[in-house]
Amino acid sequence: MFYIHCPYCCEYREEEEFHAKGQAHIARPADPDQCSDEEWGTYLYFRKNPRGLHHEIWVHAIGCRKFFNVTRDTQTYEIKETYKMGEQPKVTSVSDTLETEEAAQ
Amino acid sequence: MSDVIDIDAIGEGQVAVMDQLPSGEIPAESPLHHLDSTVPTFTSKPAGVRLWEEALKGHLVLRGNAEDPTFQRGVEAALGMALPERLRSVQQGPLSLRWIAPDEWLLVCPGDQAAALEIRLRRHLSGHFAVVNVSGGQTLIHLAGPDAAMVLKKSCPYDLHEHNFPIGKVVTTVLAKTQATLCKIAADQWELVVRRSFADYAWRWLVDASAEYGLIGDTPATAAQRRASTGRHPVSSET
Amino acid sequence: MTQINRLSSGGRIDRETPIRFVFNGRHYGGYRGDTLASALLANGVKVVGRSFKYGRPRGIVAAGAEEPNAIFQLGAEESTQVPNVRATQQEIFEGLVSRPTSGWPGLGFDLMGAAGKLFGRMLPPGFYYKTFMFPQSFWEVYEKYIRKAAGLGRSPRVPDADIYDHLNQHTDVLVVGAGPAGLSAALAAARTGARVILADEQAEPGGSLLYSRDLIDGEAPDRWLHNTLTELAGYEHVQVLTRATVNGYHDHNFLTIHERRSDHLSDRAPEGQARQRMHRVRAHWVVLATGAHERPLVFGHNDLPGCMLASAVSTYIRQYGVVPGRRLVLMTTNDYGYRTAFDWQDSGHEVVAVVDTRQNPEGPYQEEARARGLTLMRGCAVIEAKGGQQVTGAVIAPIDADGGRVTGATRVLACDTLASSGGWSPAVHLSCHTGSRPVWRDDIIGFVPGETVQRQLVAGAVDGTYSLAGCLREGLRAGVEAAVKAGYPSVPTAAPKVNELTEGEAMALFCVPHLKRTSRAPKQFVDFQTDVTAAAIELATREGFESIEHVKRYTAMGFGTDQGKLGNINGMAIAARSMNKTIPETGTTVFRPNYTPVTFGAIAGRHCDELFDPKRYTAMHPWHVEHGAKFEDVGQWKRPWYYPKPGETMQQALDRECRATRESIGILDASTLGKIDIQGKDAREFLGRVYTNAWAKLAVGKCRYGLMCGEDGMVFDDGVTSCLGEQHFLMTTTSGGAARVLEWLEFYHQTEWPELEVYFNTVTDHWATMSIAGPNSRKLLAELCDDIDLDRDAFRFMDWRQGTVAGVPARVFRISFTGELSFEINVQANYGLYVWEKLFEHGAKYNLTPYGTETMHILRAEKGFIIAGQDTDGAVHPYDLGMSWAVKEDKPFSFIGKRGMKRADCVREDRKQLVGLKTRNPKVVLPEGAQAVNDPNQPKPMTMLGHVTSSYYSANLGRSIAMGLIRDGFNRMGDTVYYPQTDGSVIEAEICSPIFLDPKGERQNV
Ligand SMILES: [Zn+2]
Repeated sequence: MFYIHCPYCCEYREEEEFHAKGQAHIARPADPDQCSDEEWGTYLYFRKNPRGLHHEIWVHAIGCRKFFNVTRDTQTYEIKETYKMGEQPKVTSVSDTLETEEAAQ
Repeated sequence: MSDVIDIDAIGEGQVAVMDQLPSGEIPAESPLHHLDSTVPTFTSKPAGVRLWEEALKGHLVLRGNAEDPTFQRGVEAALGMALPERLRSVQQGPLSLRWIAPDEWLLVCPGDQAAALEIRLRRHLSGHFAVVNVSGGQTLIHLAGPDAAMVLKKSCPYDLHEHNFPIGKVVTTVLAKTQATLCKIAADQWELVVRRSFADYAWRWLVDASAEYGLIGDTPATAAQRRASTGRHPVSSET
Repeated sequence: MTQINRLSSGGRIDRETPIRFVFNGRHYGGYRGDTLASALLANGVKVVGRSFKYGRPRGIVAAGAEEPNAIFQLGAEESTQVPNVRATQQEIFEGLVSRPTSGWPGLGFDLMGAAGKLFGRMLPPGFYYKTFMFPQSFWEVYEKYIRKAAGLGRSPRVPDADIYDHLNQHTDVLVVGAGPAGLSAALAAARTGARVILADEQAEPGGSLLYSRDLIDGEAPDRWLHNTLTELAGYEHVQVLTRATVNGYHDHNFLTIHERRSDHLSDRAPEGQARQRMHRVRAHWVVLATGAHERPLVFGHNDLPGCMLASAVSTYIRQYGVVPGRRLVLMTTNDYGYRTAFDWQDSGHEVVAVVDTRQNPEGPYQEEARARGLTLMRGCAVIEAKGGQQVTGAVIAPIDADGGRVTGATRVLACDTLASSGGWSPAVHLSCHTGSRPVWRDDIIGFVPGETVQRQLVAGAVDGTYSLAGCLREGLRAGVEAAVKAGYPSVPTAAPKVNELTEGEAMALFCVPHLKRTSRAPKQFVDFQTDVTAAAIELATREGFESIEHVKRYTAMGFGTDQGKLGNINGMAIAARSMNKTIPETGTTVFRPNYTPVTFGAIAGRHCDELFDPKRYTAMHPWHVEHGAKFEDVGQWKRPWYYPKPGETMQQALDRECRATRESIGILDASTLGKIDIQGKDAREFLGRVYTNAWAKLAVGKCRYGLMCGEDGMVFDDGVTSCLGEQHFLMTTTSGGAARVLEWLEFYHQTEWPELEVYFNTVTDHWATMSIAGPNSRKLLAELCDDIDLDRDAFRFMDWRQGTVAGVPARVFRISFTGELSFEINVQANYGLYVWEKLFEHGAKYNLTPYGTETMHILRAEKGFIIAGQDTDGAVHPYDLGMSWAVKEDKPFSFIGKRGMKRADCVREDRKQLVGLKTRNPKVVLPEGAQAVNDPNQPKPMTMLGHVTSSYYSANLGRSIAMGLIRDGFNRMGDTVYYPQTDGSVIEAEICSPIFLDPKGERQNV
């Protein structure tokens, strides 16, 4: 049972008030019609499953109904930070950086 | 009814504003109007808990940008009170305004004033905002008494300690397997906003949780409020 | 039987209050303050159960949560049965009824003992492993015998007579365990003003202080205990919970406490009170002061009744005034164990010998032993217990310095109690629950809590600090630290002075050597509850199971309800010895919630019976009940399913409802439909993005049906959305999809398109919705509404109007889910029942007939209208449904689902498509879910074409109708497909259009 800081209510609340909504920072392609099947499939279906830091979306469903981001350690279940939609994480892991570089190549 | 409210003038065709109260003497039934027959509302012990419905109030959801000074001023002009701070409630005469979310508030008013207040708000607000009448969709349950906090501890995961939950605070949270917006209105008294369709469940849950403390579940006066003729009072043109 | 083992004085029991109770059908006496275990020992009851695998007699070993043998079934009545209760933690009360759970077929009759050898052979180490690896049938044969023999107890066969509840708590500091460390921690934290919960599993706080020989401030610890508890009781911000086991430590300092509120009072809880309460605690900081469990030593026949933990013997003597026998042999690896010999002697009974496994122990304990005239045998061990049903003697032999082998001749000492102390294992269980692995410490010969990410402190024996002074000191430190970290100012608290003997070094001995090697020696039990022996562990390591986690699974060690509290460390030591490794090298064992078994009642709390799940009602619900409706659950809603008249079958009621609607007029309570109010200048744009069809030109006063898809192009909800104003729409969703759709809209608004100016608000509960359908619906509405022009050309199909119905302001929508002329009347829910009743007042002359969800389904199926979630399953896109008319591909924005529908697999011609199905025999109704095949004689597995999604008998058509998915169905109109049934029969059906009635839609346009 997590204790989650809602960045909109600015309070910790019990996990029961929230729903998890999967990996964060996946932008919908600007022009879906120009995506190849593979690109679209990647957007739609492929998700990280890291051992360690994971940025994910949660919604304060029984509360302010706002979506926000959570940086969570999938091993210890520690929540490192929560931040509003449109903001970037302050806590990132080495592996995240590497993955970004790989993606860029 | 169109002789009183000119919908086109208020919504300018952009939104449909509607006075939803009948003009004749027609009985309204609150979400808990059926309780007398189906749920025991008294227990024998001295009452550690009192529970009653504040039925048939007007409920308006107000949406807008809290950061926008025009919106702030508009609300204040319409209601005579400023928007409450985060997780807070403000009161002005018979009106209360509860913070629900950064862009959402709940205005509770006497049952016959919902339409008039919606019109007032719309007259004073501009730009991106919304007002929604939800008077039929929810109701207020009051929970009071020395053991009221214990009943809530059995029902809600939120920390009710006075340091964390002072008078005037508003919190939407889990209530058993439904949800409620709690507002602490006195040292031993909470007001719960519950959705109509869940009201029966919430009430039964609270009655059950109160049993060990002794419960007064109703007074004839509060019970009578649940089924009342609430014919519309004409909206004065000044509103 | 009298209490032959009760001392004439001493103990914390209330001798003024005698209590009678029943164990295994016999009546016994005890006193208030006794546990079942102490009372049975007082009565001289030695055998309390039989072992799971070998059927050997077993007695009480421990005095706390770690007890492996005395696990009882409680309850005087069927409705009060509780399994898995440890006799050491159950207080007696007048009329308590208990029986052993592991006694099958009976404690006295030793059938299992006789069959033990055979049965034991049937259950070698690896039994479970092999059983699950090999054919299932083997397990099925033995399961019922194993379960019965295994002492699992049973749940009541009738509803529980009592209630259980939950209490959500928040605290600054939760202290687990009210021994000396926990009490000082709570005291120190309380003095800072922090909110403190102190929870202890025993009836009385105090832990080891309740039987300690040490002095605090020059006095027996009772005074300090009393003062501390009095001070704590005086703080409003402190809760002391007794009989309250902290049984789970979960993420982010969320802990559950299982409090037994009335289990000690009577068979049933007092009226209106919960028998047990689960506290769900969010703690800012946690202080674990859970203490330690004494380890028994492993030796031959160490399971004989009379073999006990040394500290348990002391507890029974000092706390309960019970001495479990007359003649004691004590074996110990450490000085602390000597206390049991002192306590025994002080009780006036004979200490036959103190057998110290160390070669040359010398210190204050040995001095005192000598001063007391005790026989001290150094460098020796009890290698085997003698006796049949109970201990009658101890076989003693000299052993070498590291306890590896017997070095000399044996001798037998007669005794009836054989206490052993192999040192202490910190109770690290809770610290393990969140994934922290314990760490081995050679200096204390035990595991202590390891690194954790929780806000957790440890104090006292759980951290390997065994001296009383140390426990008090650590408790104070931890209490202050926790409170300060939780934001309170430090308040110094001085530690009291303690007089205690200094202990010398202990010996790391776990399994005592025997003359014979382990596999040939008399059984040396490691885990009593699962009957795992030292030989079994050695066998497991020989068979290649080297990690302790594998050894546990192979032997079932630690798999009992006690989770191996006594045996795990000994088992690890034996595995390590057998592999020539150190204990930490074999791995660590972790524990999982719950610490001790928890009743299902406490887990469920009040979420049972009528409060199990919310029942949602519409405003018209009382009317439905009054009119005999049968209800169907739609999500949490209670919806009228059908309204049978007296004597009618369901089918007769449905036929009547269907005909009445098509012939005259029917009425449906449609209030459960999800309704979302949408306002803002970009509302229209937003609708265009989330619906598959066009919204740009929908005029005010008009309604439109829309399909909502996921990004994958698959339909997930549908409904009618009406344009209330240029910037104002009312969206309807399926009844079950309302919350999901609202969250979906918010998700896209908040995460993808925050720039769109639009607000969504649920108004589902605000509007009562009643749908009247049938040729007479306009006539009926006209009687109650005079401010809407109902003329067919003024108020057209898919229009909405505002007006007054029965004097109540209403929005009326001319939409239809039946294919009939139909009006959906929406009024504020407070007036719903009134308007509904008015419709019936006026509708009687038209035979206005209420219909429920089943008739609604039939009527819409006659028209081929889909129900999202029934005819779709997340793998069906609009084209599969034949609903290309509801997809507008050339909208400027690439709406949700558009790209998904274009993926290669989605544009295949031969996808499963929704078609109508007419059975060859019109009376036969296809079962929903039935699979279609082309050739019913094809050998299995057959090629499946798709399943029946909706199927009914239509009274209006005089035949059955169905819809279903069929591969390439659109190209197969007129073909015959076959539906094989489980009984071997085959239903033949013809593929047809799903619109069975009024294909031109004329009925709704009258
Ligand atoms: Zn929030």
